[in-house]
Amino acid sequence: MGEYVLEMNNISKFFPGVKALDGVTLKVRRGSVHALMGENGAGKSTLMKCLFGIYHEDGGEIILDGKKQTINNSKMALELGVSMIHQELHPISFRPVMENIWLGRFPMIGGIAVDHKKMYQMTKDLFAKIDLDINPAVLAGTLSASQLQLVEIAKAVSYDSKIIIMDEPTSSLTDNEVSHLFKIIEQLKSEGRAIIYISHKMEEILKISDEVTIMRDGTYVGTWPASELTTDLIISRMVGRDMTNRFPPKNYETSTETIMEVRNLTASNPRSFKDVTFDLHKGEILGLGGLVGAQRTELVEAIFGLRGIASGTITINGKPYKAKNVADAKKHKIGLLTEERRATGIFGVLSITDNTIIASESQFASGGVLDNKKRRSIAQEENKRLNTKTPNMEALIQNLSGGNQQKVLLARWLLTTPDILILDEPTRGIDVGAKYEIYTIMQSLAAEGKAIIMISSEMPELLGMSDRVMVMSDGHMAGILEKEEADQVEVMRLATAYL
Amino acid sequence: MSESKQLTCEKFGRLMTILGVVVGAIGAILIIAKNSIKNAGGLSGIWQEMYDLPWFILLLGILIIILGAVRWRKYIGDKSSVIDTSPKAIKNFLLNNGIILALILMVIGIMIAEHRFMQGRVLVDILAQASPRMIIALGICFTLLIAGTDLSACRMVGLAAVVSASMLQNPDYANRFFPDLPQLPVFVPIIIAIGVCMLFGLLNGFLVAKFDMHPFIATLAVQVIVYGACSLYFDLPPNNSQPIGGIRSDFTIIGQKRFFQDELAAINGIPILIPIALVFIAVIWFVLNKTVFGKNVYAIGGNREAAVVSGINVFKTILCIFVLASALYGVGGVLEAARTAGATNNYGFGYELDAIAACVVGGVSLNGGVGKVSGIIIGVLIFTIIQYGLQFIGINAMWQQVIKGIIIAVAVALDLSKYRRN
Repeated sequence: MGEYVLEMNNISKFFPGVKALDGVTLKVRRGSVHALMGENGAGKSTLMKCLFGIYHEDGGEIILDGKKQTINNSKMALELGVSMIHQELHPISFRPVMENIWLGRFPMIGGIAVDHKKMYQMTKDLFAKIDLDINPAVLAGTLSASQLQLVEIAKAVSYDSKIIIMDEPTSSLTDNEVSHLFKIIEQLKSEGRAIIYISHKMEEILKISDEVTIMRDGTYVGTWPASELTTDLIISRMVGRDMTNRFPPKNYETSTETIMEVRNLTASNPRSFKDVTFDLHKGEILGLGGLVGAQRTELVEAIFGLRGIASGTITINGKPYKAKNVADAKKHKIGLLTEERRATGIFGVLSITDNTIIASESQFASGGVLDNKKRRSIAQEENKRLNTKTPNMEALIQNLSGGNQQKVLLARWLLTTPDILILDEPTRGIDVGAKYEIYTIMQSLAAEGKAIIMISSEMPELLGMSDRVMVMSDGHMAGILEKEEADQVEVMRLATAYL
Repeated sequence: MSESKQLTCEKFGRLMTILGVVVGAIGAILIIAKNSIKNAGGLSGIWQEMYDLPWFILLLGILIIILGAVRWRKYIGDKSSVIDTSPKAIKNFLLNNGIILALILMVIGIMIAEHRFMQGRVLVDILAQASPRMIIALGICFTLLIAGTDLSACRMVGLAAVVSASMLQNPDYANRFFPDLPQLPVFVPIIIAIGVCMLFGLLNGFLVAKFDMHPFIATLAVQVIVYGACSLYFDLPPNNSQPIGGIRSDFTIIGQKRFFQDELAAINGIPILIPIALVFIAVIWFVLNKTVFGKNVYAIGGNREAAVVSGINVFKTILCIFVLASALYGVGGVLEAARTAGATNNYGFGYELDAIAACVVGGVSLNGGVGKVSGIIIGVLIFTIIQYGLQFIGINAMWQQVIKGIIIAVAVALDLSKYRRN
């Protein structure tokens, strides 16, 4: 038996228009904890999905226990001794905990009936082994998020796997539970199992892992023993890339006139953002940075009237603004381009015209009756201005590329003539050329005096496009950086400040 | 493909127009020939068996001319628009229009099996039968467009029929529902009947919009409530659940009048139900295509989350949808009462499923956001023609049910495969 239980050599994975993984290597030693690090979108999850059979790699090889394997699906991965704790948990809420654990491999009586008694005992034994005090018969939906996380870990252990992938396992755990998890990990290690540990939390990584592999933009940066690393070293290796000329030159002046003041804004949901304070100036692009889970989307959706606010104030042009609902936000000249284009942006089965006009229908109606000719011509004009490529205005939006869909959505909000435009991940999943066009549009909007808030998880975009960068960390406002002081290391330091 | 072989849209329109002229001309010649033979000494043999086929051919010709000319005019001088004549495109065309083509084949089959089917009278009958169903289907399509449904439609029809009929009986009728009720103007009970339906529609909408209840359950509950309430009303003394009869003629006229009727010449005329349905078709087409409300309906059905983010008042729109739908069921119920000159609490039973089936066969997606008025018209007509035609050629009612079920399954399977290809 070789030294490595897993070797992933030169793995590549392409998505339409994107190179998600480019020759990535990961070698995991038997009985070790191997941390996998990188910014959002560095390709960590994609790499793990290749290993777990959710994606199929386009290039490279996976060697498990010295044998080259092609992993077609998750079931096969589990049979080969690879199990995964997913970042997002999807328990079957209305079934008992034990059924969630043994789903698909229930103990049977005579091959016909499920042996509930045995399943209960098996679950009890499993929980005892990792010192977990949960009744196997309670419904999964009654457990807290952290209990569910621990059950999920127990499930991974139950597969008797050689390799356990843990994707952000501590994101919903308290400090006590984290140390409990670390005890479990130590135990698994001593049994000779290997753990692949994905996390953004530097202290955890340095404490628990034996080796660290760092990825960046879908490429392999390197692997180091954890003992040779420090937080600063990890950050610089995670972000260390040169900034090429991917952004249009700035051609406008930002004013210092404040259009919106946000003071001590706290969400109704106690797990969401707290005590956020900032000013937004006319004609600026305010970047909003942070890691996944920093509650940036929640913050802007609350400002847009989509989420509850418990306390704090917002004033627009000196007048108080309550953010009751979207109609209210539109009345106060706020527009929001949402993060999930498919889920909350486009109306796939409707035409480009309908998609463009939908937020400003009343402008084209008298007494509720629409002027369809005017709708079409204005929609066409606006899309032409943004250089949207469409076969014709009656085509369904679902047949356009992501970049063109995004421009239609931009046109939708520009027709509402907003003074404040919030863009949540405006260039996610679109190709480089369309990105540049959207950047140009953003700059010309800023030049017109509109205030733009841009959420971005892409570091170069955040630094390249923003006039100021506000960084959030775990729901807190961690700091605002002027353009001159904003760099990758500084943003990363603020983003992890409250973790 | 070489330049000369391509079929431009302009040329296609021209060819279609010419084809229409030819078909129309054949029809016209047959009409003239038939008339002259008739005048010369009576019809016999094939000329007798032809019935009104020449007129149908003429109408078909005129329809093709109109469709062709519209195309021709749209693409005049446009050499770049080309009709794709590859085998794949033709296959797609057949799939997309499969249900209409199947209908045409079926109609031809029925005509061959029973020549008497080729009469203008039959066509008018079919249209008249389709009319009340059309109005109900137009109501239910709104609830389908937001990916919902409305199971209460049937009972609302019954409710409107009972309420309107109960207040519109002849003063000298023995079993009056309200013995001391004065003669009300006809429109008052009609408005009350439709108004009561709208109230229950409001309840539907409130349950769906406020509690985010699935429309299937909300309208099922309301269906049961409406039937119970209607039965209670129907059971009031002195009526005690007797069928309501003795309906005033100034009310039955809105369901029974025929235009251009001439009993001497044995011309049945055109039932008033057909123009009434046409008016509602026009109104609903306008609402769906030309109003903010209509666009909001499509938007909520297409992507409810995105509609919320776009600032559409989803709550208000859903309320309006269910109220408008109930108003249409109310109209349907009133017309049923007038047409049959009576009512019981079981009126309308099963109409909601027929209406949903007609909409779905007409291309309204149960996933919401997709559906056109023209499709609903076709859906309703298909069901009426099939039912009428099968009865006409003497196929027993149980087989009719089986065939109807098969049509629903095949039509929806065809429709879904259309989306899967994309």
